[in-house]
Amino acid sequence: MRFTRHRKQVRANPDEFEVALLSKLATELLDLIDAPEVSDDPLAEMVGMPPGEVHPPDNEVLARLLPDAYRGDPEATKEFRRYTDSDLRQAKRANAKALLASLPEGGGTFDLDRDLVDVWLASLNDMRLALGTALDVTEDTDLDADDSPTLQVYGWLGWLQESLLSCVDPRPAH
Amino acid sequence: MTAPAQIEETGTEEIVDRPWVTIVWNDPINLMSYVTHVLIELFGYSMDKATELMLQVHHEGRAVVSDGTREQMEADVARCHAKGLWATLQQD
Repeated sequence: MRFTRHRKQVRANPDEFEVALLSKLATELLDLIDAPEVSDDPLAEMVGMPPGEVHPPDNEVLARLLPDAYRGDPEATKEFRRYTDSDLRQAKRANAKALLASLPEGGGTFDLDRDLVDVWLASLNDMRLALGTALDVTEDTDLDADDSPTLQVYGWLGWLQESLLSCVDPRPAH
Repeated sequence: MTAPAQIEETGTEEIVDRPWVTIVWNDPINLMSYVTHVLIELFGYSMDKATELMLQVHHEGRAVVSDGTREQMEADVARCHAKGLWATLQQD
């Protein structure tokens, strides 16, 4: 599978195995993001108010996906998390679901418009952050030398993301 | 070297006016090309400027990517986190 420019869109051609693999990774990402939040105030959560307190993720993979906003200021970090955690999880959840929905069942060719490109870039990145953190990847990790299947998948995701980046120009915010 | 004394003399107003900054930290996972791409999309930088900041993150471990009020920086950090960049805010 690789991404190619096709007229004004980007074209992808995953085979059956690649679709199954990406489905599995996106589903695992959703399970991770949907890990139950501990809220001190379920009623506030029900009516959409920020919960009294959102506890920081208790595993390092989720902590990398939902990082602290301050260094050395636990109070400010907690307050930031209280107001943003739900939106951040929702954004990552929506990206993973949109990626899943775009996959052609059993493999095949499909086109990505610019919004779907952004969805794929962000969600592939979340998958890489999850796998890379779990694998304890460093900048010296040799992706070719290791025979760990998970590390190979991690390397493949990076190659895929690079392939997609090579097909698009960034859209500056302003 | 004179800054601390000035701050003490002028009281808290000076401290309140100090800008906040968003810092992106180096991590071993995010692709260099992806970080550059995100810096252009989120902050409107040119390719040259975004590449310069990305390289600063890569070589020096961190780079300031935006400055402004605390509220603005909290919004910038949230946007960075949504894209998977490792970002924090602090007073400059």
